[in-house]
Amino acid sequence: MANTTKQVTTTGTDEFLKGLWKQNPVFVQVLGMCPVLAVSNTAENALAMGLATSFVLLMSNIVVSSIRNFVPKQVRIVTFILIIATFVTIVDYLIQAISLELHKALGAFISLIVVNCLILGRAEAFASKNGVFRSILDGLGMGIGFTVALLCLGAVREIFGYGSLFGLQLFGDHYQEWVVMVLPAGGFFTLAGWLVFFNWFEQSRARRETLKEATA
Amino acid sequence: MNSDSLWSIFINACLINNFVLAYFLGICPFLGVSGKLGTATRMGGAVTFVMLVSSMCAFGIQLLLVQIDAPYLKLISFIAVIASTVQLVEMFIKKVSPILFRALGIFLPLITTNCAILALALFQTNKGYGFVQSIVYALGAGFGFTLALVLMAGLREKLELAKTPDLVKGTAITLMLAGLLSICFMGFAGLSN
Repeated sequence: MANTTKQVTTTGTDEFLKGLWKQNPVFVQVLGMCPVLAVSNTAENALAMGLATSFVLLMSNIVVSSIRNFVPKQVRIVTFILIIATFVTIVDYLIQAISLELHKALGAFISLIVVNCLILGRAEAFASKNGVFRSILDGLGMGIGFTVALLCLGAVREIFGYGSLFGLQLFGDHYQEWVVMVLPAGGFFTLAGWLVFFNWFEQSRARRETLKEATA
Repeated sequence: MNSDSLWSIFINACLINNFVLAYFLGICPFLGVSGKLGTATRMGGAVTFVMLVSSMCAFGIQLLLVQIDAPYLKLISFIAVIASTVQLVEMFIKKVSPILFRALGIFLPLITTNCAILALALFQTNKGYGFVQSIVYALGAGFGFTLALVLMAGLREKLELAKTPDLVKGTAITLMLAGLLSICFMGFAGLSN
């Protein structure tokens, strides 16, 4: 692909924006699926999980990029994981301090941010090769992209599964809840639905472009 | 100490609360290497083995951490031990059986970031399982993972031959299948009583 030649000339804004759309971690790269599916049963959980992951991603990107020249190549993965684990421990205690209820709802998945392939992937693929400033932008972009994607899933599942959004009742009392949407199966189906939507969007755009080229 | 019977722990980890289909753990390898039946089986075997070893290690670490009163080190020490266990296992297999090593090759490093392994270590300490219970729990979880992976691989091999619309090709149809499998596994919930 033309990506390698392009990378030299990308600006800071590009680094930030690519996480939101072109390389969205969930919908395009399909990374970090476990928390995406597991805690997206309500919009609130999804938002909390997205923010926690973004924080860890940002901090680990900063640390990894600032020590990238001192870490020997052989032990870099272990070093990255230990850095990530440190920040995850901080987030774990932070959430416990802010809201015990939320901590219970997210359960083991806060600790499991450690093994989110997205974070290690960004540390290895981006932060270990780029400067601090770019890594911050990359971390922010990817984090926001991840959070938005989680919210997309969480909102859909909460609306159908509980008939509410962020705890607010949307429909009247007569609403028959789709229990399957909050069960594990619903997570798979919702994500599949979003992927189909994005496929459709990309395909129709490609079709429009070829049409434009044909007429030009 | 938890007093669940060994058999119920095994069934629970393997079927009722299947790590992949009920807890959403280890989705990445589940989607990544479930394309072929052969690789799926081998991956399942490798994961079960690493689960077994890391579960024993986690049990030891937990005892030590309780001794020195440092619960906040749990996560860091667990992940460090799992990463080094995987490395050790990799070297050991390379030495003992080069054929097996070539077959597992790329999967072993991937297992480090398989959340099912870390989750197993965390769950077993949260539930307060004893040593034997931990081993049975790890075995159950490993078999459950393998079962899900093999079922999925079988379905996907059939899917190759089926006519699917362009729109859902790839990850989307795989996720839909996973959802259906997950609904099937919900049927096992009745076993818990």
